Amino acid sequence: MDIQENKSTLNVVPKNNEKIKKIWKTALILLAITTAEFIMAFTMPRGILLYVLFMILTVWKAKYIMMEFMHLGDEVKPMIYAILVPIIFLFWLIIVLFKEGTDIFSLRWF
Amino acid sequence: MSAHSTAIGVSSKRGVWGGGNEPLKASYGKLMMWFFLLSDIFTFAAFLITYLSIRVSYPAYAGPANEFVGSNEYWPIPELVFDAIPFVHGVHAPLVFVGLMTFILIASSVTMVLAVEAGHRNDRNDVVKWMLWTLVGGITFLSCQAWEWNHFIHGSEGGAVLKYVNDIGRYVTETVFGANLLVNEYGPASFANLFFFITGFHGFHVTIGVLLLFMVFYQAAVGVYDRRGHYEMVEKIGLYWHFVDLVWVFVFTLFYLI
Repeated sequence: MDIQENKSTLNVVPKNNEKIKKIWKTALILLAITTAEFIMAFTMPRGILLYVLFMILTVWKAKYIMMEFMHLGDEVKPMIYAILVPIIFLFWLIIVLFKEGTDIFSLRWF
Repeated sequence: MSAHSTAIGVSSKRGVWGGGNEPLKASYGKLMMWFFLLSDIFTFAAFLITYLSIRVSYPAYAGPANEFVGSNEYWPIPELVFDAIPFVHGVHAPLVFVGLMTFILIASSVTMVLAVEAGHRNDRNDVVKWMLWTLVGGITFLSCQAWEWNHFIHGSEGGAVLKYVNDIGRYVTETVFGANLLVNEYGPASFANLFFFITGFHGFHVTIGVLLLFMVFYQAAVGVYDRRGHYEMVEKIGLYWHFVDLVWVFVFTLFYLI
């Protein structure tokens, strides 16, 4: 029996350097934001301002990962909305549980 | 149309309501992967928002950082809990190790997206190369997390003196080393519980991810996708792997920065 030759039957499309450059650029942005967060953790005083900045930077990173790395930005509009719109419910959960947590804090410590 | 066909004939001018439309313009597999990830977003969000809720129900440590001692009366400062690095004993290196872990996971995400890009071009050699790098990144991250857990469970040399209700229901004051689900030397019991459950659930996802990455690496290498005619599996597993990175971004902020 012949050894099956493992040759590709598909045509290899040549590299598109534009696209690969964009991937590396996104990677650099992610690394830069993480480094910025890291520096901020040690140089800024702890408080609401710092936490809000952390959350903004985190959501910003999440946007890059979802839109560029997961290619959600390249999908059609209905697809983007099908994934992003249900996430709205989480804002309700954040508000409610944040309120609940602060109320438990006042009950427990005052 | 043949006489044997049982399908209902449709006119070629079927319009919007005639069926056969693809409003989301994505394959079944990719669509289902996205919807699975959406459900996973809700699961992780429930965990992380619970963390937030319990976190604000405790006072934060307010004294100077260099006099910090763990207590179940207040929430600890993360950079003073996670301040160790492997192979170097007793050095205070706050957040260096988790910073490294974050970089490793982001790097493996980059190599994954490069594998997906190579898959679009049907370039088997590039897919195999980048899948291998992604696999290395994933396994390194898991090993780092195993070390992190090990360190967290065994704790510091000094431990911390805590008042707590022990496992036989007695209120005791004693020195506690490390962490378990009942008590820990760093902060309130919920601190360690949330750490174990959330990073554990994430680590479980990474483990499944590594197995899937290996499957894709193997199948690409032996030419399964060439015979199949497309590299969509690389893209689908890629979505999952990026999601794991996405979750880690939030875990990193909530656990280690705030």
